[in-house]
Amino acid sequence: MIEWLSRPWPWYVAGPLIGLTVPTLLLLGNKAFGISSSLRHICAACFPAGLSFFQYDWKRERWNLFFVGGIFLGGILAVLLLPNPDPLVIAPQTKEDLAALHVSDFRGLLPEDLFSWSNILTWRGLVVTVVGGFLVGFGTRWAGGCTSGHAIMGLSNLQWPSLVATVSFMVGGLLMTWFGLPFLLK
Amino acid sequence: MKTTVEEFSPVQEKGSTFLLRTHLPYGLVGVLFGIVFVKAEIVSWFRIQEMFRFTSFHMYGVIGSAVVTGMISVFLLKKFRVKAITGEPIAIAPKVFQPGQVYGGLLFGFGWALTGACPGPLFAQIGAGYSVVIVTLLSAIAGTWAYGALRKYLP
Repeated sequence: MIEWLSRPWPWYVAGPLIGLTVPTLLLLGNKAFGISSSLRHICAACFPAGLSFFQYDWKRERWNLFFVGGIFLGGILAVLLLPNPDPLVIAPQTKEDLAALHVSDFRGLLPEDLFSWSNILTWRGLVVTVVGGFLVGFGTRWAGGCTSGHAIMGLSNLQWPSLVATVSFMVGGLLMTWFGLPFLLK
Repeated sequence: MKTTVEEFSPVQEKGSTFLLRTHLPYGLVGVLFGIVFVKAEIVSWFRIQEMFRFTSFHMYGVIGSAVVTGMISVFLLKKFRVKAITGEPIAIAPKVFQPGQVYGGLLFGFGWALTGACPGPLFAQIGAGYSVVIVTLLSAIAGTWAYGALRKYLP
């Protein structure tokens, strides 16, 4: 059992489990699934700076902070209790394409050539962490949600604006992958 | 039964115990969610790259089956007018279209391909031992704050 759980979980196990988060949060307290809002609550709690966007009772939304705190803890437990015995399997074509972008570490979930403290001050390190992170925070708020709030929660509730957002997420990701990365990671 | 209810009047429940008792379930759901994120490698930069390079079905399968499961669940909850365990009727606020869903959506897409993470996986990546992602998370918080400061100038 533990051995099976330690191996990478297939999509048809993970997807439905993630989908079940939607009714679970609704049943627990009529909460709409969404993660990027947590970033807004952190701003509202720590540095609202008189901006109207952060003037609301963030304490009413504390459940969301408990939720993301749980995700952090879940990350710890997953590697601690169920470490993957095998190296990550990556599609050969993608490996080849990434090697052309000077990515050479294929051992873990993230490549160390891009994500490590020793590379954080290099151009490539700054682009993927600082610039990438800023775009994630700015973009999700402007779009009014992220993959969880729009793609999963919004589509589950048949909201067409969420479909527009989801398509935009994908188009943005495709543009960055095919046209941005070859230029930025040169 | 009525006396028991009075014995544990809500007044005594205020404070940190109350906060923990009402919020812990969300934390637990988060823990399970985080484990799924890491074990299904959804938090992997490589899986996101495979998705955008169309070399693996994995992420499409995850998101697709999550949406289908969510749709069926929401349909059933609405059809049977199920209430939350708090007694609150379940009501989901509709999403209103705004241009930001396109502009912001594209910007988030750029960031998604760079970081290999949406906001949820950022927390899981840090938990999984990639401490440098703390920088990504702080930058995402800064991005959110910058949106709050600039939104009056944006469409």
